[in-house]
Amino acid sequence: MSVPSTGAGRVRALPARSVLRRLRPGHGFVAAYVVLLIAFGVVPTCYAVYFAFTGAGGAFVGLSNFAAAASDFRYVSAVGHVALYLVLWLLMLVVFVVGLSLLLHRLAAQGMSRLLRFLYYVPGALAGAASVMVWLFLLDPAVSPVGFLLRGLGFQTFSQVIAPSHLPVLFTLIAFWTGAGGWIVVMYGALNNISPDVLEAARIDGAGPWQTARRIQIPLLRKWIVYMVILAFAGGTQLFVEPQLLSQASVGVAGRDYSLNQLSYDFAFQNNDINTAAAISVELLVVGLTVAGVFVARSGFFDAD
Amino acid sequence: MNPLPAAVLALFLVFFVLPALWLLLAATKTDHQLVHSNPLSFGSWQALRANWNALTAYQDDAVFLWLRNSALYSFLALVITLCVAIPAGYGLAMTEFKGRHTLLIATLVVMLMPNATLVVPLFLEVNAVHLIGSMWSIILPYAFYPFGVYLTYIYFSTALPKELLDAARLDGCSEFGVFRRVALPLAAPVVALVAFFSFVANWTNYFLPYVMLPESRQFPVQVGLGTLLNDVPQFNPTVGSLAVQRPELALATLLSITPVLIIFLFSQRFLVAGMLAGATKS
Repeated sequence: MSVPSTGAGRVRALPARSVLRRLRPGHGFVAAYVVLLIAFGVVPTCYAVYFAFTGAGGAFVGLSNFAAAASDFRYVSAVGHVALYLVLWLLMLVVFVVGLSLLLHRLAAQGMSRLLRFLYYVPGALAGAASVMVWLFLLDPAVSPVGFLLRGLGFQTFSQVIAPSHLPVLFTLIAFWTGAGGWIVVMYGALNNISPDVLEAARIDGAGPWQTARRIQIPLLRKWIVYMVILAFAGGTQLFVEPQLLSQASVGVAGRDYSLNQLSYDFAFQNNDINTAAAISVELLVVGLTVAGVFVARSGFFDAD
Repeated sequence: MNPLPAAVLALFLVFFVLPALWLLLAATKTDHQLVHSNPLSFGSWQALRANWNALTAYQDDAVFLWLRNSALYSFLALVITLCVAIPAGYGLAMTEFKGRHTLLIATLVVMLMPNATLVVPLFLEVNAVHLIGSMWSIILPYAFYPFGVYLTYIYFSTALPKELLDAARLDGCSEFGVFRRVALPLAAPVVALVAFFSFVANWTNYFLPYVMLPESRQFPVQVGLGTLLNDVPQFNPTVGSLAVQRPELALATLLSITPVLIIFLFSQRFLVAGMLAGATKS
């Protein structure tokens, strides 16, 4: 770790004092970030873990908060809801973001490609409360611009459209609508960083668009795809705003305990039970880290140096 | 272009644009027109002006105040994020130091943690130092942006050749000089990317300000939208004389997203600039 890996290190023989001096600049570059990391990352995380393993009085209680959460009647169904949503959401994200980015990158007309990227991105500006409001309207056959589609599928009212069994698909659509455009911008930028010489060589070797994508572009995008999946997974486990606002606007048709985060919320703010809420948060954290670890290990994420 | 890819691109164009277009048109209608006229028809300028007047009269210009708050919070956090994340990503990618690998992993770990996990603990932490209600209680957590550090790290480690830095060092540049004179001028695409994602994330964040800023005059526009939603009779049947019509809510939603759209227009040309294409190959 402390061995200088740069060419300059090889050119000059470095005495010990010089090595020490070489250590400092890196620390200087990251110092401010480390301060923020500790204040708003490490300290709150320690708070969450502390609350998860202690009782209301602050005494260590082992796993009893986790047991309390797991034995709640809403817990298993919330886990199922979030898991189903995650599967749909990640599949849709990877397939369509990579596919659309490749198509846009192949588009000969640069102006058209840029315009489409901008228009695909437009919903990204509506992330959060704004997107939920748009979809509250969109899913109501009375005012929706695709009301004919909803009625064609047999739905006459808002509450029929948002029946509980439809929610994973609807949340996937909302998340894709707001999130995909930003990722397409990122993927497109990564595609642009691939040397045109490489693509030219592939073309000379007789590779078609499909082979070029499969053998050259997608492997070179892998780092970004993995990154997208990890972030989307972490974001997906957080599912909260959509079911919460949908529940509020539908007079309870969509349950207020649909997702794990909502459940955690109820524990914290309805039952005044921060400790059980923290236990659920810590579980979400552990699941996210495990999946991320597998992805990181399999993709050679840290081989970049 | 083959017809199939073109059809796919066109289909997704409709999917992404139609709801936004509908929102734009909804702001020009009366509530009656919203239900009974063609969803993709233009209402009238009179209706738009009436919606505007009703919306701006809501709680004494509250909408403008919320927009101003959003701009202030997002911009201050963005400036801090850039000053912190760009050097940090560069340091992680291009320099060696004790603890580098640990920091890289910590960045990834914190980045992966659901934000909502930290909201309650952050609230307790901020409460302990008596900053609840201060705008810094959301600006500083916003400014901590591991995603930006990671984007910068990835960018420098894949797109900036170390030989370039070594050449500058041999020419007598200090480490900071190398960063400022060599790396930073080449970093425009990633600076734009980080700035953009940071600003959008800050602007659209709902939950943190909702918890940290109890005072309505301090709300950013996202939280303000939630307040408006609560006063729309179709969503909350108990609303009395304060009622907000649905087209007014659509107009407020439009206003709330306009700054992000404008910024995207200006930064887009940086986002895809392959500035280093060919420069790394010797």
